[in-house]
Parts: sequence; C-alpha cells; structure tokens
Amino acid sequence: MDHQSATAPLLDVRDLRTWFHTFSGTVKAVDGVSFTLAPGEVMGLVGESGGGKSVVGFSLLGLIDPPGRIEGGEILLDGEDIARASEERLRRIRGREIAMIFQDPMTSLNPVKTVGAQMDEMLRLHTDLDEGARKARCVAMLESVGISRAAERLRAYPHQFSGGMRQRVVIAIALLASPRLIVADEPTTALDVTIQSQILKLMRKRIAETGAAMILVTHDLAVVSEMVDKIVVLYCGRVVETGPAREVIANPSHPYTRGLVDSIPNPKHRKPRLAQIPGAVPDIRNLPSGCSFRPRCPRAQARCAEVSPALAPTRGTLSAACHFPILEEVAAAMATTGGERA
Amino acid sequence: MMGQLLASQFFYNWRRNLSAIAGSAIILVCVLIVLFGPLVSPQNPYDLTQLNLLDSYKPPAWIEGGDPRYLLGTDGQGRDVLSSILYGTRVSALIGIAAMLMACTIGTTLGLLAGFYGGRLDAFIMRVADIQLSFPSMLIALFLMSAFGTGIDKVLIALTLVGWVVYARTVRGSTLGEIQKEYVQAARVAGLRDAKIIRRHVLPNVLTPLIVIATVQVGTFILIEASLSFLGVGVPITQPSLGLLIKNGFDVLFSGLWWTSVFPGLMIMAMVFGINLFGDFLRDELNPRLK
Amino acid sequence: MLAYAIKRLVQMAIVLWAVSVIVFLMMSFTGDPVFMVIPIDSTDAEIEQARRILGLDRSMPEQYWLFLQNLVQGDFGRSYVFRQPAMDLILERLPATLEIVIVAMLIAAFVAIPLGVYAGANPGKPLSRLIMSGSLVGISLPGFWVGMMLIFLFAVEWRLLPSSGRGDTVEVLGIETSLLTWDGWTHVILPSVTLSLGTLAIILRITRAGMMEVMRQDYIKFARAKGASRKDVLYGHGLRNALIPVVTIFGLQIGDLIAFATITETIFAWPGMGKLLVDSIYRADRPVIVVYLMLVALIFVVINLVVDLVYTAIDPRITVK
Repeated sequence: MDHQSATAPLLDVRDLRTWFHTFSGTVKAVDGVSFTLAPGEVMGLVGESGGGKSVVGFSLLGLIDPPGRIEGGEILLDGEDIARASEERLRRIRGREIAMIFQDPMTSLNPVKTVGAQMDEMLRLHTDLDEGARKARCVAMLESVGISRAAERLRAYPHQFSGGMRQRVVIAIALLASPRLIVADEPTTALDVTIQSQILKLMRKRIAETGAAMILVTHDLAVVSEMVDKIVVLYCGRVVETGPAREVIANPSHPYTRGLVDSIPNPKHRKPRLAQIPGAVPDIRNLPSGCSFRPRCPRAQARCAEVSPALAPTRGTLSAACHFPILEEVAAAMATTGGERA
Repeated sequence: MMGQLLASQFFYNWRRNLSAIAGSAIILVCVLIVLFGPLVSPQNPYDLTQLNLLDSYKPPAWIEGGDPRYLLGTDGQGRDVLSSILYGTRVSALIGIAAMLMACTIGTTLGLLAGFYGGRLDAFIMRVADIQLSFPSMLIALFLMSAFGTGIDKVLIALTLVGWVVYARTVRGSTLGEIQKEYVQAARVAGLRDAKIIRRHVLPNVLTPLIVIATVQVGTFILIEASLSFLGVGVPITQPSLGLLIKNGFDVLFSGLWWTSVFPGLMIMAMVFGINLFGDFLRDELNPRLK
Repeated sequence: MLAYAIKRLVQMAIVLWAVSVIVFLMMSFTGDPVFMVIPIDSTDAEIEQARRILGLDRSMPEQYWLFLQNLVQGDFGRSYVFRQPAMDLILERLPATLEIVIVAMLIAAFVAIPLGVYAGANPGKPLSRLIMSGSLVGISLPGFWVGMMLIFLFAVEWRLLPSSGRGDTVEVLGIETSLLTWDGWTHVILPSVTLSLGTLAIILRITRAGMMEVMRQDYIKFARAKGASRKDVLYGHGLRNALIPVVTIFGLQIGDLIAFATITETIFAWPGMGKLLVDSIYRADRPVIVVYLMLVALIFVVINLVVDLVYTAIDPRITVK
C-alpha cells in the first residue's frame, strides 16, 4: 500500500461522463467521475445499486451500448486515451490489458460451449501459443483457482458446475491473458455467503500473485474492506468520497459514506439494530438541485440545495464532495474494521 | 372503466405505430371492397351479357393498345381485370373470414371442453391435434379438397378442419390455468351449472390470445385458399377467387399477357400483408411479454 | 437411451397407424374407384368382378384390415393410371422433389440466418427494419404467384433460365440427380427460390427473435469483454444459443416445403412426387395418393426424431429422455 502516488498511474480516469439517451430523458449514469489507479493497486468502487458503478466498469472496456454513450472525459491507460479508441484497438485491450469478472457466474458463461473452449478463446485471441501450450495454460490456470481434475473439467459444460465453481472459472478466464487490470463487477453478490469469502480470498491471492491492479465494483462495503487499498464512493453517477480504504471505512467524512459504513453488520459490536440510510436513490433522470444526496442527508442545509459540492480534501487523506463534511473523528464508537479504533 | 383505459392506451400506441396504421388502412380498403366492391365495379364479370370477346386480352390502360374502359386490362373473355379483382377479393376475403370464424368457434369449444373436463375427451382431442399439427396445413387442405371436390362450402369445411387445432390448443391451455383459480372453484362448489361457469367465467378470460391467432389466420386461409384454387381443387370457376384468377392468368403468362395474373397476385399480397402488419401490432400489444 | 429409442419408435408407429386410418377413411369417401380400373362399357357382372378383385365388396373394417396388411407388407397397390406399383412411381420421383426441397432449404438457411442475426443484433437500425418488413412481405406472398412472376421475368421476358422441367441428370450411387450438371442447376434454381421464400421469411423472423433474446444475456457481454470480434460474438456465442427454436421451425418447415413442392412442381412442370400427387388427385388415382401420404407421414415422423436429436447436439443441457 505504499505505491499509491509513487508510481505513474496505470489508469487515470478524468471526468468520465457516460450517459444513456432514453425516450424518457437522458440518464447521466456516470457524470464526471475521476480517479487514478497505480499498477497492482486494488480499488473498491462502492455505492448503492443504480449509482453508476457498473457503468464505470463497462466504460473502461468500451462496452457501453446504445442508447448509452461515453459523452466526455478521458480514460488514460498508460497515458493512452481509450475512451476514444477504435473498436479494433478496444478488442486488443479487452481481455489482454483489462479483463472483466461479471456478477452472476450462472449467466456469464456460454451454456453451449465447454469450459475449455471458453478458456481457450481468451488465449487464442491474445496469445500466439499453439494448441498444446494453450491447453496446458488452461489446465494450470484452472488448478490455480482451486478446480481439481482440471484437464477433465475442460471438457465439461458450465451447467455441470456449481455457482462457486463457475465463478472460479470466470476468474480463471479473466486471469488467463495476464491482464494488468481486472474489473470485477460484484463478483460475489450472486453467490452463497459461505462461498463468497472463499472466492474473495481466491481473488485476493491470485491477483496479488499476478501483480494485476483491480477495481472491485460492489455495493457491499464489508466486501471491499477486506481486500482493497483505496475506495471510491459513487452516488448518482458522481464521486462523493475517496481515500485509503482503512480511513474511508473507519472514519468517513461524507455523510453518505457514513451511512454505508453504519449499515455494515458487525459481529464485534452488537448494535441493537442496523443503521440504514433513509430514503432511496433518487431518479437519476430527475436529480434534486445542488447535492444529489441532500434529500437523504442528516446534515443538509440550505446551501446544499443551491450549489453542487465539488470533490475536495476534507480530513487527512480523505476527499469528499460535501459542503459540510464530517471533520471530527466520531467513528470510534462504531468502528467496523478491527480493534485499533475500538 | 378498465376496457376504456385499455382502449385508449391501445389507441394511443396504434397512432404511434406506422405499420399498424398501414395495416389497418389496407384492411379497411379490403373491407370496403368486400362491402361495396360490386357497386363500384366497372363491370359485373359474372354477367356474360356485359362481356365482349372483341375486347379480350387488352393490356392495362396506360400501355399501348390499352383501353381506358379497362384500367387493368382484360382477360381472354374480354372480362375487365379490375372488376374480376373486386369480385375475387370479395370471395377470397369472405372465405378467409368465414373459415376463421368456424375454425375459431369449433376449436374454442373443443379446447374449453378438453380443458374443463379433462380425461379421455381431453386426451382424444389433443392426440388428434398433435397428429394434425405434425402435417402442414396446406397438405391437409389439399388432401381434404381432393376428397371433397371443388366448391366454396367444401373449401370452408377443409379450412375449418385445418384451422381449429391452434384454437383448441391455446384455449385448452388457458382453460387449465383458469379453472385452477379460486373464483371458478368457488362457482363450482356453489353448484353453478358447468355451461354457465364456462360461459361466464372461463370463456371471457381465454379469449385475448385468440385475437392475434384469428387475425393472422385470416391471412393464412386466404393464401391456402388461393393455392387450392390455383391447383384447381378450390373454388368453382363460376365464383373465381383471386387464386383462381391467377390460375387462369397462368395459362397465358407464357404469351406475355402478364396483367391477368400479376394484379390479382398483388391484391392477395397487399391484403395478407395488411393483415400480418396489423397482426404483428396486436401481438405486441396483447402480449407485452414478447416485446 | 434404449428405452428412449423404443419409446420414440412406438410413438412413430402410433402416428403412422393413425395416419393410415385417416387416409383409409378419407379414401373410402371419395367415390368408387372401380370405375377407374374398368372400361366404360363394362357389364354389371364385370364391375362386380372388379369389385371383388379390389376387395371393395367387403365390409369397411375388413377392407381396412386388408389395407393395413398390404401396407405392412409393403404392398401399396398399383396405380390405376400407370398400371405400375404406386410405390415405384413415387420413389422414382422422390429424388426430383428432394432436390428442390434441399436446395430451397439451403437457400433459406444461408439467406435467412445471416439476415436474422443482423436484424436481431441491431434492432432499430434502418436496415433491420427493412429486413423485417421484407420478411413480412415474404410470408404474405402466395408462393405460386411468385413462381409465376419468376417464370415471366427470367424465362419469358429476359430468357435467362428455362421456364419448366428438370434438366440433365447424372446417376450417382443409383440416384438420378440434376444437381451435378449445369443444365440441371439452371432448371433447379427458379423452383427452389420460389419454394424457399416462405421458409426463408419464417426462419429469418425466428432467428431474429432468438438473437434479440440471446444478445441480452451476460455471456454475450462476457465474450465481448474477452475481446472477441463482433463476428465471433454473433456467430460463435450468439447464434448457437439462438438456434434451438430455429432448428424446430426448420424441421417443421421441411414438411411445409414438401407440401408446397406440390404447387411449385405444378407451376414449373417439375417431375417430382408433388406433381404426381396433384395429377393423381385429378385422376382419382387412389393408390398413388395413399403411398404419397404414407411416405410423407413417414418423412415427418423421422424429421421430428432428427430435430430432437439435433437439439442434444446443439445444447448440452438437453438430454434425451
């Protein structure tokens, strides 16, 4: 976690805007998102559903379909702006530079192709290996994600695997071409709780081994707390808070992040009941004036309705988009990540 | 209330859908031809006294040698092609509609009985339907007509026998779903007569999917009838449908006399195309799931 | 697997039996065939004798039993018109019919599937709308009329292709085929195109509907996220998943193609079994009609079986049971 600002960023997203032009209006799903990611860094992209997290992920791979469109901003991968790259160029980036892990392993594998064929496709697209070498690589990769009898399993179809096993296969496919960045979109949400932690451990271990950077898209702060270096919190298509993972979770400065943190169940601190953020994510076509979070915010004041707050340093290493950030470290009583703050 | 709401939503969507409007317009024109065709027709093609053999095989009016009295030309008996089409459309459309109504009535009744009573009756009806469905409608109709001989009544019977199956299947399926519902169970317990339960409670709820089937079937029937008549096992020559007009035109096509077959064919195509356009719209409206 | 095979065979036998009953009943109502086989000036005694020979003097169940026995033994009777075994007549013409049916299927598949894939993958694009309108016109067209128009344009007006008949044939493995000669192809192309139109339109619409459904699936996006080309995504990942309903309809369409071949063959004077059927219907040549129907029934049940087996090849999740 010491490489944050020392190295040149692998990925530098600047003011990304991805909008969807629907009949009922323009949905600004991502509206001015910026962040950087160093090589090997693991970042959590957090927010409630409908907050635009997945759209950021798909934007990075150029997988936004009409009526959606990247309206503006830059996605610099090693300094190259891939937001404007040709489809040809993007195809070479997908899988090879940036790989993606999807939410639901039950639907992300093609039901009529063998697991082997789907793995092999990745290597055929991005390497010059011959058939034998590709197969060996697939077998090794399957074994490395904890699937036994791998050579045999290559001939199996996805429906012959359990959900957890399929997600292992998906992870294996994502890692096959040794990408430098992995975008994992809610990789454990669709899985049983017991499987979730296995998969997370596996991802953490394998990704650390390969040295790839990762963006973990999730609505679940508890998931990111275990494995990311830094956190970017999205709300209604905008970044509301960003900072090192521990700090964001232990002591967030934005009221929205505070709400998210408070809704994490914590076995160590038996609270009578879980805090919840009141209200729901507003209709993104029809956002409230000023700060989008205002209607749900306990700290909102008149100014919040007038001026949309910009992202600015608040306390320590944190930055937040809030006129009235939480500057005092009130979090101690509700610490969530371990002993040092209790 | 509900009906009005549906109607207004339906109408709203209809207005915004160009192909639905086009389909409706074509259907409207066909209905007008069916109703008033003989009144506006330049000639009565069945009235031999109106025909003049000297006027035979006149090309359409805009072609050299054409006669302004015969807009689309004449056939070998000096019969005005436009008039034949107006009369023939009537025959084709009425056969299609009448056969659809018969098939729908019989199929729906059998489907209701099969679904409501189940058991052997159900098994028998569905077996027959299965076997019939494994054969193309056209072949069954051709076979039936070969046994019956020509005649409008026989065409109607053949089409009905071909067409009842889809209704029976659909209605049986929805009936099975419907009789599970509490209000039907309650009505049964309350001792209501079966006929009343079926008529009052089941029938109204199984009709919607039939609308699309019925609409499209009229087009299918028009095409099958045309094929049968073309093969000479459909309508009699005294009451030519569009298919029979094409058949008559086929004999002289090789001499380059194209208008006696081209225009009736275009008429069939337009009519069935209009019905299918409208049918597609109905399908989208009535089964939002399939959108 | 064995149980499945037996079950299917029993099903097939039942369908064929039911068809034989229906065919027999229908035939019994279509007038007295005795007049087809005897001279017009026969005496009553001669008519009676002919009746006895044909078995027409017996009761209906007896006649059916006789009919069924003959069917099972492969004796389908002799054509009243050609004075030859009806089965031979049909089998002689079967290859010609299969030629146009197969070529029509190929045309339909190779045109409809790419267009359907395009329209399904790009809904809303002007070209997709055009394709869909075109397909709707396709199912609204009377096939025989299209055939006539093709004859008029290609044979009468432009004189590019022959208007009717079958071209030169060569014998391969004991089967006469015109698909291996240039002259044969010039004769095959118009009837096959005519025959293919309806099927083409239907397959196109089914393919499009299937593709629209499949393109929404996650595995398509995952394939794209791997960097697969659009062609690979559409055909390698999409089409195969969309193919199940296409195969079903295709199977059913073979039946329709054989049925519509009767009309197409009549228009193009194509010497296939469909034209023979129509001629036999005109001449009330009952044995030929019976053989045609039984043969077609057999073809249909076999197609149904093949369709089910093809499913298992396309979709590993489906197993025969």
